[in-house]
Amino acid sequence: MAAEAAKALGGTSRLGVDIGGTFTDAALLVGSKVFSTKVLTTHDAPERGVLQSIDKVLADASMKLSEVDIFIHGTTLATNALIERKGAKIAMLTTEGARDVVEVALSYRFDLFDLTIDLPTPLVERSLRLPIRERIGYRGRTLVPLNEEDILRCVERIREENIESLAICFLHSFENDAHEKRAREIIRQHLPDLPVSISSEVAGEIREYERFTTTTANAYVQPLMAAYLDRLEQRLQESGLKAPFLLMLSDGGLTDVGTAKKYPIRLVESGPAGGAMFAAAIARQEKLGDVVSFDMGGTTAKICMINSGEPETARDFEVARVYRFKKGSGLPLRVPVINMVEIGAGGGSIAHRDSLGRISVGPESAGSQPGPAAYGRGGTKPTVSDADLVLGRINPAGFAGGRMALDLDAARKAISLVGDTGGLSADEAAAGIIEVVEENMASAARVHAIECGKSIISRTLVAFGGAAPLHAAGVARKIGMGSFVVPPSAGVGSAVGFFFSPIAFELATSRHKLLAEISTEDLNDLLASMESQVLPLVEKVARSAKLYRRYRCSMRYVGQGHEIEVEIPLPLPKSDISGHLKELFEEKYQLVYGRKLPGAEVEALSWALWIGTASPALDAVDAPDTTYEPSPKSTRRIYDTYSYDWIECAVYWREDLRPGAVLAGPAVIEESETTTFVPGGMSARILGTGAIFCTELTESRAAEEAREVIHA
Amino acid sequence: MRKSDIAMQIMWSRLATICEEQAQVMLRAAFSAAVRESGDLSAGLFDIEGRMLAQAVTGTPGHVNTMASAVVHFLRKFPPQTMRPGDAFVTNDPWLASGHLHDVTVVTPAFLQGSIVGLFAATVHLVDIGGRGFGPDARDLYEEGIQVPHMYLVREGVVNEVLMELMRANSREPQQVEGDIYAIVAAGEEGARRLSEVMTEFGESSLGRLGAHILEQTEKATRKAISQLPDGVYRNHTKMDGYESPIDLRVAMHVSNGSIHLDFEGTSGISSFGINCPLPYTQAYSFYAIKCVVAPDIPSNHGAHEPFSISAPDNTIVNPLRPAAVAARHVVGHMLPDLILGCLAQAMKGQVPAESGMMWNPTIRGYRDFAGNDRMWEYFCLFAAGMGARPKQDGLDGTAFPSALKSIPVESLETGAPLVVWKKELRPDSGGAGEFRGGMGQILEIGALGEVPLRFQAMFERVTNAARGRDGGSEGACGKVSLSSGKQLRSKGQQDIPLGDCIVLELPGGGGYGDPSKRSLKAIAKDVRNGLLTEEAARAQYPHYAGSSNA
Repeated sequence: MAAEAAKALGGTSRLGVDIGGTFTDAALLVGSKVFSTKVLTTHDAPERGVLQSIDKVLADASMKLSEVDIFIHGTTLATNALIERKGAKIAMLTTEGARDVVEVALSYRFDLFDLTIDLPTPLVERSLRLPIRERIGYRGRTLVPLNEEDILRCVERIREENIESLAICFLHSFENDAHEKRAREIIRQHLPDLPVSISSEVAGEIREYERFTTTTANAYVQPLMAAYLDRLEQRLQESGLKAPFLLMLSDGGLTDVGTAKKYPIRLVESGPAGGAMFAAAIARQEKLGDVVSFDMGGTTAKICMINSGEPETARDFEVARVYRFKKGSGLPLRVPVINMVEIGAGGGSIAHRDSLGRISVGPESAGSQPGPAAYGRGGTKPTVSDADLVLGRINPAGFAGGRMALDLDAARKAISLVGDTGGLSADEAAAGIIEVVEENMASAARVHAIECGKSIISRTLVAFGGAAPLHAAGVARKIGMGSFVVPPSAGVGSAVGFFFSPIAFELATSRHKLLAEISTEDLNDLLASMESQVLPLVEKVARSAKLYRRYRCSMRYVGQGHEIEVEIPLPLPKSDISGHLKELFEEKYQLVYGRKLPGAEVEALSWALWIGTASPALDAVDAPDTTYEPSPKSTRRIYDTYSYDWIECAVYWREDLRPGAVLAGPAVIEESETTTFVPGGMSARILGTGAIFCTELTESRAAEEAREVIHA
Repeated sequence: MRKSDIAMQIMWSRLATICEEQAQVMLRAAFSAAVRESGDLSAGLFDIEGRMLAQAVTGTPGHVNTMASAVVHFLRKFPPQTMRPGDAFVTNDPWLASGHLHDVTVVTPAFLQGSIVGLFAATVHLVDIGGRGFGPDARDLYEEGIQVPHMYLVREGVVNEVLMELMRANSREPQQVEGDIYAIVAAGEEGARRLSEVMTEFGESSLGRLGAHILEQTEKATRKAISQLPDGVYRNHTKMDGYESPIDLRVAMHVSNGSIHLDFEGTSGISSFGINCPLPYTQAYSFYAIKCVVAPDIPSNHGAHEPFSISAPDNTIVNPLRPAAVAARHVVGHMLPDLILGCLAQAMKGQVPAESGMMWNPTIRGYRDFAGNDRMWEYFCLFAAGMGARPKQDGLDGTAFPSALKSIPVESLETGAPLVVWKKELRPDSGGAGEFRGGMGQILEIGALGEVPLRFQAMFERVTNAARGRDGGSEGACGKVSLSSGKQLRSKGQQDIPLGDCIVLELPGGGGYGDPSKRSLKAIAKDVRNGLLTEEAARAQYPHYAGSSNA
């Protein structure tokens, strides 16, 4: 892989560390070889775990930190601070009359029937949301000038209350940021050390609840993240790091410590973003075209659409959901993110019977403590991993590379809890649990595809994370997808994904206008002003690497509420820009909704500019010249969820399989971190890279795929 | 056999997913603010006898539950065997669908290999369908807008252009209405297509077996849930402001043997204005309240409704006969859950919330656009009062019950119509006192952008009759409607906002739950610190606070 990557980032040995909720993963890429390790996350001082994992992985590769060419880091620290409410004490300056925007939220009960729900508590309480007399209105017009005395009064209050970080959030600031900027200036004169986040910079788009909440979240995590990043940077330098230190952003771009400290909220989903970048790199390397990334771990599964090697992105995300995985129960963040759906389905997800006697799985999880019943750490509740063990899909002796023996009896006993209530045997109940959890994931993927306006059936599923390779076949079949792939290094996908991410930054701003009112000149001006903000952030990190620009516009028919984001090719045409934009919009609209609305006017709402380097690529590896049928290491009886019967199944050890190996299901392919399940009717092939590629054998699937293509 | 149990369960959940997909398509393609920002829509799948099998988790109780009983009426005029692929049928008949002309319901048949296998239905609120506009002032149905009896909207793929032209011609917002109707059509088509895919995948040629299973299981679970209530008759009475005169709502809830019958005998007669509530809508909100308390987890389908029945004398306000005016039927409909909860509170002590403030949904009308050109426009706003306190939690602030539509962001509202929302904040002291206090209402102050006169339609409740507390909790504050210049306005009907003036809406608060003297001092002090409770109110409502060191 090295050539292209070296060009973009200047080096051949790359170190990535991803801090997750349970584990801190390190991956080291040297040439084309990947070393990886996992250590427990050290919550009190996360940098300790980072350094431990680095020491371990460097030792495996016999290297020193000073020899590393680049260090890339992703972390859930910001997310955890929001979930656990361990951020800074913040205050907010806001438009008089709009003090409760972050509290009243959308006035929406996200569950119509549950009368006991609570809504997320705002990050700043009402007494510290300080009203300022000022008002910007429609299209940025000043309705009430900024009252500077009000701000001065707040300075006193901020001092008295020992505020550690401040958010400034005024209505309509996305069209006119003058009041927010002036307010910041005054605050800085009096409180030069106070970090200040202003809404027009942090999330400069229309809809005040989302913009204000994002801004308060940025202010809330800023002191903590800045301190952590400073400490880590210092420790790394002491340990000999000479290479650039980059951070993974939620949208799959990389940035430096300075920018990360200013916009820490943009780091919130960096781990999962790394996973999607990993799947994207695999899709490019294996030339799979459009794929679906499927990352299933112990607690959740994340699903993302990847189009032509690029993950689908969005600018809305919900963090810290208080009510299971319910939409609307968390804090909305308006930041660039990789657009993925996350559901409570993992190896540790707990199964039970609902009030109608139906088997239900998750979102509650046994996590890693106490973990599934089979772990023998005190868990008694039936989990997905217990079901996999009962069905014989997991080898009780070989789990986690043989480091951990599993207790089959405990798993059977737990699963019986689900079986007994419905008159099912443990085997049947286990099969039912697997069916249900796979159905949940397949449903989530389908609805997500519709939300993205994308067709899903003709894609390949890219499975990684500890539990995904076991369930990839089931999920792919339920969606109607004909194939899935399990890449090498699937266990530390996120950290490896960091290596294939571009240095990039995106900025969005809202300018509400009818297309008819837009001129090429205006747009070029807007583009230039956005570029002047984005380019320096990227250039200082990317140095001389070639930069690419992506310009996108959110448009809708006048009166509609949901915008469609359309890529606008650069440079802009000199004449008839409105006609050009309308054409691009209607083309996409037709694609998503199957019709255009003749005669309806179109308006533009938000503009986003992304500037970044190319993504480093994995070199393609030629397909092996010959194929062969490997002989299984052994056989094992597994319970088949299609025939509901025990069948004899071939067992392979992944490291024994060379490129060109072809085998037919039913089979399991074991490796130290995970197990791939190949059901009857599918065949698996080992690609040149070592990836396992599984496809349906039957004609009917192929026919269905063809139909989908025609339909799309 | 056992395998088929699990397969059945998987298919069941797949049907629910299809409805989610259907709703998602509608949500994304919809035009009017009510649908797109607020989710004022519902979507569901029915068997060919018109029984609802699955439903998307969206929308309001009004739509969700009225749609459930609407499809069977379509089938009377258009029997399934006469339906063809590519058809779609429509109505806005208040008595046969969703209670007022603004709600349009569309039914799309789904086919598998040439045979009809199911029906998709969806209901959305259209922003304007002519007449007097969305408000309570009409004296009969004919003043309220265009009536669309059961008819073809699309026939074998060809849109009924005559109907569309009439709809456009009869609306003040023709483009939004047309766009919303197309959104429902697209959603129905998507649902029908997906259903045939799923049935093919599972090798099923009809929904008969699965449907029977779904309805049977759901009905059984619902009856079991009801049986936790002691058999008996529970009565409740509540007074509401009404339009021309106050209204008495009375109900007797008969619980016996796993079923519940609601009898509205003794309720006031119809109003001569448009706040009458057709029986399907009465039923929708009544059943909703029972479900929230008794069986919140059970999926919404025909089986879940089987154990419930309802009766009301003709031409009472909860059962007006055609052609009574019904446009603002939500005014009465939204009061019904509190009425029913009052019965349930007797049967399930300590488990039922206090009464709530409701949604206040003014329609604002102007005659000039942003540029100052003459153009009439109409904007439907959604604002939420405070929810009643729950047995172990405060009521939600600025979040309504029973309806829970998303409010429209101020920035979106001001971009959609030349209005300025000068104030949208919680209303201090409005939540009823209690061990758990009622949710605070909101204060809204809205004027024109520039010097233009506006008009608005008021259809607000709880201006003279407050949300009552429960188990010793106090009542919430009443609502208030006025101009910023000071003039008091009526709570019902169309009124002018003079040049340079603003309307001020003070939304009611929810009732409190439990003895106020048991409220924690910390919770009281927090409300005081946050300005949600003034010092005076804290002392008056909570005597133990007055004597504490916090005061």
